[in-house]
Amino acid sequence: MSKTVNIITENFGQYDPGSIDSYLSIDGFSAVKKALTMSSSEIIEMTKKAAVKGRGGAAYDTGRKWAQAASVPGEDKVVICNADEGEPCTFKDRSILSKDPFRLIEGMIIAGYTVGAKNGYIYLREEYRHLRPLIRNAIDESWEKGFLGDNILNTGFSFQIHLYSGAGAYVCGEGSTLIESIEGKSGRPRIKPPFIKECGLFQLPTLVNNVETLAIAAAFIQHGVEEYLSHGTAGSPGTKIISLAGNVKNPGAYEIPFGLTLREIIYDIGGGIPDGHELKLFQLGGASGKIGPASIIDTPYTYEDLSKEGLVVGSGGILVVDDRTRVIDFVKSIQDFFIHESCGKCTPCREGNRQIAKIIDRFVDGSQRPDDLQTAERFANIMSNCAFCGLGETAQSALLSAIKHFPQEFGLTEVAENEKH
Amino acid sequence: MKNIKIKIDTIDVIIPEGTTILEAAKKVNINIPHLCYHPDQAIKANCRLCVVEVSGSRKLTAACSSFVYEGMEVHTNSKKVRDMQKGILELILANHDQDCLKCLRNGNCELQALCQRFNISKTNLEDTVDALPLDDTNPSLIRDSAKCVKCNRCVDACQKVQEVHVLTHSHRSVHYNITPAYEMPLEQTFCVFCGQCAAVCPVGAIVEKDDTAKVWDAIYDPKKHVIVQVAPAVRVALGDAFNLPKGTIVTGKMVAALRRLGFDKIFDTNFTADLTIMEEGNELIQRLTKGGTLPMITSCSPGWINFIEGRYDHLLDHLSSCKSPQQMFGALSKSYYSEMAGIDPKNVYTVSIMPCTAKKYEAQRPEMMTNGVPEVDAVLTTRELARMIQSAGIDFVGLEEDQFDNPFGIGTGAGAIFGATGGVMEAALRTAYEVITGKGLPGLNFTEVRGLSGIKESTVLIDGMELKVAVAHSLGNAKILLKQIEKGESPYAFIEIMACPGGCIGGGGQPIKSTRDVKEKRIEAIYKIDEDLPLRKSHKNPDVFKLYENYLGEPLGHKSHQLLHTHYHSRGMKYNFSELTK
Repeated sequence: MSKTVNIITENFGQYDPGSIDSYLSIDGFSAVKKALTMSSSEIIEMTKKAAVKGRGGAAYDTGRKWAQAASVPGEDKVVICNADEGEPCTFKDRSILSKDPFRLIEGMIIAGYTVGAKNGYIYLREEYRHLRPLIRNAIDESWEKGFLGDNILNTGFSFQIHLYSGAGAYVCGEGSTLIESIEGKSGRPRIKPPFIKECGLFQLPTLVNNVETLAIAAAFIQHGVEEYLSHGTAGSPGTKIISLAGNVKNPGAYEIPFGLTLREIIYDIGGGIPDGHELKLFQLGGASGKIGPASIIDTPYTYEDLSKEGLVVGSGGILVVDDRTRVIDFVKSIQDFFIHESCGKCTPCREGNRQIAKIIDRFVDGSQRPDDLQTAERFANIMSNCAFCGLGETAQSALLSAIKHFPQEFGLTEVAENEKH
Repeated sequence: MKNIKIKIDTIDVIIPEGTTILEAAKKVNINIPHLCYHPDQAIKANCRLCVVEVSGSRKLTAACSSFVYEGMEVHTNSKKVRDMQKGILELILANHDQDCLKCLRNGNCELQALCQRFNISKTNLEDTVDALPLDDTNPSLIRDSAKCVKCNRCVDACQKVQEVHVLTHSHRSVHYNITPAYEMPLEQTFCVFCGQCAAVCPVGAIVEKDDTAKVWDAIYDPKKHVIVQVAPAVRVALGDAFNLPKGTIVTGKMVAALRRLGFDKIFDTNFTADLTIMEEGNELIQRLTKGGTLPMITSCSPGWINFIEGRYDHLLDHLSSCKSPQQMFGALSKSYYSEMAGIDPKNVYTVSIMPCTAKKYEAQRPEMMTNGVPEVDAVLTTRELARMIQSAGIDFVGLEEDQFDNPFGIGTGAGAIFGATGGVMEAALRTAYEVITGKGLPGLNFTEVRGLSGIKESTVLIDGMELKVAVAHSLGNAKILLKQIEKGESPYAFIEIMACPGGCIGGGGQPIKSTRDVKEKRIEAIYKIDEDLPLRKSHKNPDVFKLYENYLGEPLGHKSHQLLHTHYHSRGMKYNFSELTK
């Protein structure tokens, strides 16, 4: 029996994503029609009830975020859909963007109506440029049918959606950096305060939500929260689209109920490790996530259970690594990513990555010095404590968790044994 | 603003809401380490050296960008805080060219001071400096990327204060750099060489081009008659370098020090400031009465000239044709003075001491020649003069006061106030009023044009004629007045523009740490000099009178035009994009 579910992904394959008529034939836009008969506070109550944590990675309660955005004073507010999906090993938003773009449009209209915004922006990852025509078309057709524009469905509510792309920097997935990028500036994070909910894009109050978060909102407005809440656990109700990749037989984006174990995800859904190899480790939540060893594979995939192991759901990426890969080589690939993607603005991230990369390179070719590991750990901790933004804070998650779970691969047990003699 | 109660380390602090942790700590005598924070600039929070622990927070908090809240508990000196701050310092140092002993900022470097404070001797990090090539292709400034700590203070000065937009950040991660667009040398950009970037740089990444060796060589050359002029703003700032209270007037000691250094004659730029007023005041009167482009704009500030020649070259007709006081002095030194002293102009070596880095650029302009030789041979900033005095082992503070030499030794109060924003305007009004009306001024002080507001304006009634004037300092403010002119909406007849914030007292060549408070003290000192002088109007300067009588003839006369006036060119700089994209 399949362990995947179809709540957020219910429309996948059910209609032609390039045609609004096709979408309307499967009862499309009924969520918007329903939402526009509700009050803002009713929608917020419903969102709080659904207890959706933000699906971009920060896991902030969506109902709370919407309530704050609605209460910020301002005639002209903005809703941004963060479709930057830059975390390596994360492609679940792409599945929504390519298979169900109209539901995302619905989610944005609902969010805009709820918080009192006039304009919405989809910040589409530059690498998803092949999806631009599809999304452009979805916006245009929605406008032609009166779901966007002035006085939507004669309710007096007006809302526009604009489509933007940056130049492909990973850090632009961070809310304030994304805003800088839309404004035409280079992608570097802003100082807070002011907070973007009060002073965001073009200095207007701004709500930023992930693609999946908005799609879920459209789903539970359409069907009510009961079906959604029938899945998951008490601490992590509902479902989640995961991106399963790496050394598994069936990589892909899957919607699962919270509470499946990692074993079920990797072996039952993913089909297990190919070519008879053994699971070595997995990394959750993209390149900025920590790694876990095979020994904790029976941990349920929920916010609370992962947290006990020091892991996070994050973006929903699950990268599976088998015994063919050395831990240090894996860590190097992550380090290479961050040394490319750091914006360079703050010292810990710019210089910390520079120095740690040199040390990791020495481990890769076996030329490490006695104090290298200690030095790397020290500066990794400085990065996670002192960096300007989330990128620098989490860039060394993989390294620090690798040292914790695989000390022998950094030569630590040898040192310990030598000390015994 | 509401007062709130917080605790910093063991100290209870009551402080207004809206204060940052860094400022609050300063109030209770705790100096949290920092490099990117500058009291006159926007919060940047780049360097992260100011991280502290706030109870209840998982991460450390940047003190410069975090505001206090009721009941906040801050730990500035815990083991974790010190370890992290030290680590960040080690990271900066590992990518910083550590040739400290040879650096111009040795002993006056914020990074050096922090390393001393944290007792950094050795780190486990690899010291390899990854930097862009050194840029020393212009006469004013040297940019040494190998010393840059990427704090962005210079970017703030260039973009927000001056709005020149030459320095910016480029690339990302380990390639992140502070540079002009396309990594062009400053010489090939619209850089105005004001040096405000150098004045805020915490380290030696942007410094003035040091010309002291050239001046020593001239002093030691027996064939050279070496004379020196000192700008009005130097005498209220030089004392900073010798730990005197900010704004101390050190005119007499400065002259004494120059004499000990071996200059043959020591003259006062205030003299040619008075001369500028004679020429510029008459030029204004001529434009007002006989017709000419209005508003007329002052031309003393070379940073400003570079700016208008670069970005607003369609407005060059508005500039007064007067050379700056530095160049007027230079021209006279190679003509009137050399004739009087019976020395071949080739053997007169003219040095200027200026608060300014753009003056170095001005002195090298090809049109600034008189009798076939450069009018000014070397320009030293206030900082360079201080270094010469220190290197000669002169105990500056203990010096007996000395006096400027003749014939360029007398400056009036009007010349003195050239050093502060609004000073040229006030000096010009004092003279214009009396020249036009033929009557004595009832009150000498035009206080509306004084002070640190960005743009100041005033209306003066002269002989029934309403003269509207405006003063702007810093190029960002200048832009506002220029845009009015562009639109044909400028209500003014006369505008004073100084490139640097505060005028010359805040020049890019002044002692480091010229913060707003320091500028205020220097301005106070400038007006004190004016108040204390017996002569306070340029046209009452007896030596200026003599100069016209014996040599120049009359203001705007033939000889004046030849020596004291100039013309301007568009810098016409165009990026060659096809070349750049190769």
